[in-house]
Parts: sequence; structure tokens; C-alpha cells
Amino acid sequence: MDTLNLLMDGFASALTPINLLFAFAGVVLGTAVGVLPGIGPAMAVALLLPVTFGMETSSALIMFAGIYYGGMYGGSTTSILLNTPGESATVITAIEGHKMAKAGRASQALATAAIGSFVAGTIGTALLVTVTPIVVKFAVSLGAPSYFAIMVLSLVTVTAVLGSSKIRGFASLGLGLAIGLIGMDPVSGQKRLTFGFAPLVDGIDIVVVAVAVFAIGEALWIAAHLRLTPTRTIPVGTPWMGKEDWKRSWKPWLRGTAFGFPFGALPAGGAEVPTFLSYVTEKKLSKHPEEFGHGAIEGVAGPEAANNASAAGTLTPMLALGLPTNATAAVMLAFLTMKGIQPGPFLFENEPDLVWALIASLFIGNTLLLLINLPLAPLWARLLKIPRPYLYAGILFFATLGAFSVNMQVADLWILLLIGLLGFALRRFGLPVLPLILGVIIGPMAEEQLRKTFQLSAGSVSGIWSEPLAVGIYILIAILLILPMLISFIRRSRGIQSDLVETVLGEEHEPAKHKAELTGEKEQRVGKDES
Amino acid sequence: MSEVSTAKKKRVELLFAAFLLLIGIIVFVDASQLHSTYSQADAIGPKAVPYIVSGILVLSAIALGITVVRGNLAAGEEGEDVDLSQPSDWKVVLPLLGFFVLNLLLINWAGWVISGTILFFGTAISLGSRRWVLTLVISLVLALGSFYGFYLGLGIKLPAGILSGVL
Repeated sequence: MDTLNLLMDGFASALTPINLLFAFAGVVLGTAVGVLPGIGPAMAVALLLPVTFGMETSSALIMFAGIYYGGMYGGSTTSILLNTPGESATVITAIEGHKMAKAGRASQALATAAIGSFVAGTIGTALLVTVTPIVVKFAVSLGAPSYFAIMVLSLVTVTAVLGSSKIRGFASLGLGLAIGLIGMDPVSGQKRLTFGFAPLVDGIDIVVVAVAVFAIGEALWIAAHLRLTPTRTIPVGTPWMGKEDWKRSWKPWLRGTAFGFPFGALPAGGAEVPTFLSYVTEKKLSKHPEEFGHGAIEGVAGPEAANNASAAGTLTPMLALGLPTNATAAVMLAFLTMKGIQPGPFLFENEPDLVWALIASLFIGNTLLLLINLPLAPLWARLLKIPRPYLYAGILFFATLGAFSVNMQVADLWILLLIGLLGFALRRFGLPVLPLILGVIIGPMAEEQLRKTFQLSAGSVSGIWSEPLAVGIYILIAILLILPMLISFIRRSRGIQSDLVETVLGEEHEPAKHKAELTGEKEQRVGKDES
Repeated sequence: MSEVSTAKKKRVELLFAAFLLLIGIIVFVDASQLHSTYSQADAIGPKAVPYIVSGILVLSAIALGITVVRGNLAAGEEGEDVDLSQPSDWKVVLPLLGFFVLNLLLINWAGWVISGTILFFGTAISLGSRRWVLTLVISLVLALGSFYGFYLGLGIKLPAGILSGVL
């Protein structure tokens, strides 16, 4: 009952007028950036970091939580109406959702996505409330070796399991870790990778890195490839669902939630795998399998729920262990660090007010989102008509303003430019962005734990595997790394392509053949993740 | 895809692999110049992790080089407004970078209101906006608005520059 009391206290502080206002601002902003092309929740939070510097920590976090959940709602709107998913998690939504929209059922697609997101988000947040304190209790007893192992696990999974190219993932991770090294070494006080530049001694401000990678890099990349012919959106009325739609939606929502939360909660994380799983499951269980590929409502309901439940799950490792597994969580964590709050298992003990206000605001934000998304969907869809030059000029403008206002140093703008160009290069050369940003944030944390480990073992290497959990995790990492290689080896000898993205994209053109592959691949993925 | 453009793409990507390698070497050289004084409290010292990072960079650079030579080329990141059927349009990107640098050089001397206006106006025009007057008005409103917004709302004083008496 202790948890319940704490949660009630959380509601009490989240429901003050000022915090409600921030929650509202967050969900509106979140939906807007989710709908707007080229700008996502991670970039929005990154751009707001400087502004929130002087704000009450809890108010800012409440706003970020709104942006985080809101981005998900907005993202599904775009993928249904535009068929151009901004992120991998909504790829599946686009497959069936856009077909529904084309067939004149945009309203139903939007409705099942929004209500499903609400159901999944609420259940997911409730699971977060129950699971996280247990994880915390367990995590407090862990020593440095286990922490180090968990951090390595999350870096490896984000790098090697989620992306489509492992080599490019590791390259991105290496760059991120290198950026994380810049500055004064906290233990020995020596300067690393500063090359004699004074502004680098304190390290590169995480705000600057986040803004550079998410805003400058993205804006430059889009500018280089700006679509000249405007994309056509499908006009839409107010979302609603008929009785039949409800009947066909509620089970996929629940199943999607069941897939999404655990995957999000694992330090491996990611919304890609559970949305795929949900899609495949719904297709198998559906009474109308022939509709799949032509706009089946189950194919929107399930994956959307999985996506949102996984977003809630992602907050478990973030709050309990201080480990972010997606970009927005990473930037939120950067915010806590910036505010001088130590993330990790002691966060619940040291900052209970903050944590519970945040969790309560997730429930509130989710409800607000349903309220502003259902009746206002046509209005949101009009955001897609914003002239692109203004949108991207605006992103560059506010990114510059934000990065500059942190320290009022022109040097920060040079760093912004350089890392922004790096962000451009990442997108150009197919390197995933997430390993880099997690490398910057987790890298220094992992180094600290590693050195603590060696301190405890008096310099003996055996310290690294001195805790049973650590040993288990290293075995898991080995399996995660070796298994896909085995699978791809076997598959190559059979002559089947294994690229996940290609299968999805290819599916559009040759539904029957590719979908069989998709299913096969997903089953292998399940096996891998369970092992 | 024609032979020529594939060969060119390969070269560009190999260049990027070389860049990774270079960063890896820089990290290595930098680490090797640190002093490690052995102590009980810091057994592995400040060098160990940079060496690992340098290893990751060097190995992935080499691996990337090999896959590129084998013909596994990168697919650029997809997005709502991204049209990958065209090569990168440098006629847009270079002016953008130019205006970014211009702002960076002007911000302390001319002040944010002027440099920010130029930044937004310049980038919007580079991106293809042709409604000059409207764009200029938006630029001015944004720059002035953010200047006063930051000052009044957040207590952050952005540089006023040559307009310091006026604003």
C-alpha cells in the first residue's frame, strides 16, 4: 500500500494548477512535434532543455513526460495520413493504417490508434508503478560489477540488436563514447581529448550534443533532400469507431500492451520488435486475415498499443537504474543530470516527490492526450501543411538559440556546428543516431562503474565477473551477439535476404512473398530475445 | 543505379570509414599521452577506457571499409520530408551552413536580434522560401520575441550587441 500512498502524493503534486498547465503544454507540444515532419519528441525535449534550466524540476519533467507520450500519438497520425513513418516504431502502423485511410476509413484508424494508445499507455503506466519499485529494491543491492554489466548490455543491445547494420551501429557507439571522453577525467584530473581548448575541459555539454545531433543534424539532412513535391495528406474528419471496430480492436490493444511493456522494460528496450510481434500475432489470430495488407483495423490497434506500452516500459530502466534505452529517455536523463540529480536506484529514495509526480503526470498526460486527440485530429492534420522552409529554418533558429543560451559561449555554437555536421554524416552514411547519444550519456557512467569495480577487486580483472548477475549478463550479451550471426549465416547459406527494413519496404510491392519472410524472421527474433 | 555513381558512392563511404579510423587513432594517441600513476584507488587509470573506445572505432572503421568494398552501401535515413531519390543538394546545405556561421560570428557584436533575424531569414530563403517580405517579418518577430521572451520569462540576457542602448 506504500506505493499507492506515494502515487497519491504524486497525484497531489501533479494536479496543482501550474503543473497541470505544464502537463497540458507538454501533451500539446508533444502531439505537434509528433505530427510535424522532421521533428520528434527527443528533439523537442532537447530544444527545451535550456529553457527549462530555470524551471522547477518536477514541472519540467511533467512537461517532458507529456511530450514523450504525445509524440507517440502525433506520430501515428502522420503515419496513417501520410504513409511516411518518421520512426521505426510506427512503420507497422503505416502499413495497415494508411491503407485504411485510403479506403476512406481514416477516422476509424485514427480512433483505434488513439484509444489503443490510451489503453496501452494507462496499463503500461500502471505496470510501471508496480514493477519499478521491485526493480529498485533489487537494484539497490547490486554492486559496481553488475552495474557495469547492465550498462554494457544496454549499449550492446541498442547497438547490435536494434539497428539494421551492426558495424554501423558500433561505429556510431564508438563516436558517442569518444565524445563522452572529452574533458577532465574525474578520477585522475587529467584532460582527455581537449587538445588544449579551454572550453572542452568541462566536457561537451550534453544539451549541446543532443541539440546538435537531433536538431542540427536532422535539419541539415532534410534540407539536403527536401522533397520538392509536397506530400499529399488524406483529409480526415473526427475520429470515431463503430461497434464492429470496437469489437475488433479491444483484444489487439490488450495483446499489444502485453508485447510492448516487457520489451520496453528490458534494458534492451526498443519498440520495433514488439510492434512487429503484435502485427504478426494479430494477423494470425484475425478472423479476417485476407484484410491484412489492405487496411485491417487489428493491424493498427495492436502495433499502436505495443508502441505506447513499450514507451511506458522504457521508463522502468530509466527510473530504476538510470539507464535510458530510447532517445527521449536519454535526453530526459540528461536533464536530470544537468539539474544535479543523480539518476539510478537511489532516485526513488532521494527524490520520491519528483518520481511519483512524474509517474502521476503520465496518467494525467495520457488522459489529456485522448481528450485533445480524438476531437481535434483534423486540426492536427493541418499542421502537416506548414511551409517546410519555415519549419526547418525554425528548427535551426531555436537550436542555435537553445545551445547558445546554456553558457552564452560562442564556442558552444562551434561545437554545435561540428557535432551537427557529424549528425548529418551519421544520417548520410546510414549510422543509427541512438548508439551515439547513449554512448555520450552512458559512457562516462560505465567508466565510473568499471573503475569502481577494479578498485573493489584491487586491480584484479576477476572483479568484472565477481557478481553472479554480472556473469549472467555477460553470457546474455554473448548470446545476443553470436545468435544473429548464426542465424544470418544459416540464412545466407539458404540464400534469403535478412534485412529487416528491406522486408518491410519490400512488402508494399510483393505482399504475399515478403510477408511470409517477415513472419519467419519475427519468429526467429522471438527465439533470440527469449534466450 | 549506374556503375559510375556506385563507384563514387563507395569512395565517399570509404572516406567516412577513414574518418572513423582517424578519430580512433586520435583517441589512442591522446590516451597514450596521459600519465597513469598506479594506485589502489584507481587500478586501471585514465587510459583503459579510451583504449577500448579507440579499439571500437578502429575495428568498426576497418569492418565498415570491408563491407563497403564488398558492396554493402549505406541507405540514408528515411523521413517524412526526405526524398532519397535525389543526391544531397549542396546548393541548399552550403548556404545554410554559411548563415549558421554568420550568426556565430555576428552574435556577440551585432547582438541576437540582428544575427538571429539574419539566421532565420537566410536559412528560410536557402530552403526555398520566396515570400521575402513575409519571411523577413517572421524572422524579426522570432528574433525580437525570443530576445524579450528569454529576458522577461527566463531571466536570460541574450547579447544585445550594437543595439544595446535601443533594446
